[in-house]
Amino acid sequence: MGWLPEAVSTYADRIDGIFYLILVITGVIFVVVEAVLLLFVFKYRHREGRAAHYTHGNTKVEIVWTAIPALLCVLIGVLSIGPWLEIRNQANIPADAYAIDLTAKQFEWNASYPGPDGRLGTADDVIKRNQIHIPGDRPVVVTLRSEDVIHSFFLPEFRVKQDAVPGMEIPVWFQATRTGEFTLACAELCGTGHTRMGGRLIVHSAEDFNAWLQSEGAGPPLGPRVAEASAEDIPDQEASADVPSERPVAVGTASPSTDHDHP
Amino acid sequence: MATTMTDAHAAHAQDHHEPSFLRKYVFSEDHKVIGIQFLFMSLFFLMIGGLLAAIMRWQLAYPTDPSRPLPGAGLFPETMVNAGIILPEFYNSAVTMHGTIMIFFAIMPLLVGVFANYLIPLQIGAPDMAFPKLNMMSFWTAFVAGLIIMAGFFVEGGHSAAGWTQYVPLSADPEWTGVYTGQQLWLIAMTVLGFSSLMGAVNYITTVINMRAPGMTWLRMPLPTWALFITAILILLAIPVLTGALIMLLFDQTIGTTFFTVATGGEPLLWQHMFWFFGHPEVYILILPAMGFVSEIISAGSRKPVFGYNAMVLAIVAIGFIGWIVWGHHMFQSGMNPTLGMSFMVTTMIIAVPSAIKTFNWLGTMWRGDLHFHTPMLHAVAFVAMFVIGGLSGVFVASTPVDIFLHDTYFVVAHIHYVLFGGSLFAIFGAITFWFPKMFGRMMNSSLGKIHFWLTLLFFNLTFFPMHNLGIAGMMRRIYDFTQYEFLTQFQGLQVFISWSAFLLVATQVIFAFNFIYSLFKGAEAPQNPWHANSLEWTAAPSPPPHGNFERTPTVYRGPYEYSHPDAADDYWPQNAPGHAAPASEPAYAE
Repeated sequence: MGWLPEAVSTYADRIDGIFYLILVITGVIFVVVEAVLLLFVFKYRHREGRAAHYTHGNTKVEIVWTAIPALLCVLIGVLSIGPWLEIRNQANIPADAYAIDLTAKQFEWNASYPGPDGRLGTADDVIKRNQIHIPGDRPVVVTLRSEDVIHSFFLPEFRVKQDAVPGMEIPVWFQATRTGEFTLACAELCGTGHTRMGGRLIVHSAEDFNAWLQSEGAGPPLGPRVAEASAEDIPDQEASADVPSERPVAVGTASPSTDHDHP
Repeated sequence: MATTMTDAHAAHAQDHHEPSFLRKYVFSEDHKVIGIQFLFMSLFFLMIGGLLAAIMRWQLAYPTDPSRPLPGAGLFPETMVNAGIILPEFYNSAVTMHGTIMIFFAIMPLLVGVFANYLIPLQIGAPDMAFPKLNMMSFWTAFVAGLIIMAGFFVEGGHSAAGWTQYVPLSADPEWTGVYTGQQLWLIAMTVLGFSSLMGAVNYITTVINMRAPGMTWLRMPLPTWALFITAILILLAIPVLTGALIMLLFDQTIGTTFFTVATGGEPLLWQHMFWFFGHPEVYILILPAMGFVSEIISAGSRKPVFGYNAMVLAIVAIGFIGWIVWGHHMFQSGMNPTLGMSFMVTTMIIAVPSAIKTFNWLGTMWRGDLHFHTPMLHAVAFVAMFVIGGLSGVFVASTPVDIFLHDTYFVVAHIHYVLFGGSLFAIFGAITFWFPKMFGRMMNSSLGKIHFWLTLLFFNLTFFPMHNLGIAGMMRRIYDFTQYEFLTQFQGLQVFISWSAFLLVATQVIFAFNFIYSLFKGAEAPQNPWHANSLEWTAAPSPPPHGNFERTPTVYRGPYEYSHPDAADDYWPQNAPGHAAPASEPAYAE
């Protein structure tokens, strides 16, 4: 029987945690309600001489069984807000995330990497079809676009899913917890070939990733990750001034000019 | 009899000659005939929708396997099924049309077209609907919509293949789906059907407000009528939004407008907002009437008043209101602002509460009752059991972070089927068997009814419960060939299991169809009030009621759920029985 796939992103466990919390809460409610229903079905089934108890209700119990589900729903809602904003609020995208572009079209995923100029969206970008290679030692931010219809970027093992909508640029970030090859899928019906719009996401170790970049003739190698990097630690954003400012770029990593550890 | 006639009776009496067959059964203005016309039409579409599901399940069990050709493949043209293999174009059409037909042409008309028409006037003591001609037009408009939607299967390029939600740009340009005419016929049929729903809704609302019998106060109305009344308001407000969106999309497809086209300033998410602003109230349109029927059947079957009648009414009204501010939960992963997603999560959590109240009140109704498990009661209790599952699985996808993973997976497929099949359709089977004697003056066979019930319950769960697991494992909805994904190949055996359960589920419905048709002609003659129920359709009108319903307008003295009242001689007390007089006894239960 199917169960959650292996969790390989840093926030996958938080999503799974809420999943299991809801599973426990709804599981208990399920068992109790169905057990009471079955009990009533057997206990109060018609037999000769049975008379039903005449009552129109009981305000006290009705208040109780309104309040309990309301409280549980509030609890689940409140616990869901934190991870949701951590994952989706654009302000929370790690500042040192390695940036790639991902453009969907019928029926393929095209991942773009900065070319030798270290910038995305220029003519020397390296494009890989249905393969996404990422470094395993740092967060990655994928900017999703679509050329035709709506597709949905789905990495089951990473607990990542985000629609790619024509006319929109939607950043999605995640960080792998191990290296390896994982599933890339399209989760939104996108036409006749929807079923074959899959691919692979390959997580490399830092060295392997640089070797891969080199073998593809892609942009400059990544330096070691600056631990706990925050926006203030990364001074010269001017290096990518020609890129629209709302667009996530590989701040502090992709461009040699921002890489202080490896001048 | 003329002396006791109501106004409406008098009006009919003026043309007292026997109406022609055409006027009586085809272009009838009698709400009961119209309800029955909707019944036959929507049962036909239920069958079509079921067969489409079976076709999908064949493909999912044996994906493009030439050694397992689709049975009856020869019936389909090569553009749909080639050498026994279901083509992806046809698979996408089947996905789209299964959803479309089941929701709009089967479940919605079964709940509303059939029972709002049939029950409302009878339950409130009215001779007919407020606007009988409009009512007749409502059915024939739906009939035309049905013809148009069926025509889509026979045009070049096949039927619409953009999913029942018709997300743009996929649905907006034939370039993306390869479907030309089918796509437009879908939009036209849905627009026409919308007009039918509006005509009905205006009628139901007006009738309930204006035509209640003396003494039929709001809080003495039976819960099916309450639910249908609120449903009609939802229809009246939601359908125009859909119709607007449909016409915009049709214009985009045909005359070159660009409401949804990005290149020229359009906005794809606008479609989703409009569709779901209609679509979420639609979800409640599909469940509120079912809740009403179930309340009625459980109360009568338990010989007990509905537990917390006022809370039940309030819950219906609350769902009717909150249902308007939850639509964004269909769009958590659409690229909509995440803060907005958070707000929609909160409203969605809130709407779980009235549903929980209703579930507990049904249990409360059964508590210390005298439960008679006739066929309608079995279906109603199964509704509660299945709706609990569908409701609880909704909590998972209401949580935005969990929805990131579960969105667009089979978990959602399982969820919607526990609500729409386990919920709505079980309630419909219960309602049809419950009111069949009223409609046709004959009982449905109870042995066949029980066999049909148990097999349906069994195969329904075997089909849909494992889909939760497929979803939790990450299997996407609407994929033609899951073996394309390595991580899904492990489920080959489970897919075969689900498919065969589904085929048996479809086959089981033959028992229902046979019982329905057989009982129509050969069923045991029904007593006037076979379930010993209290509401006016049973206590004040013969079965089937004549045109005009009641010989005299009934007067209502009490609520509809006075079962086992200590002062009543019998265990039920009709709404129209004056004072404390005990009702006359009738033959025993038809179980």
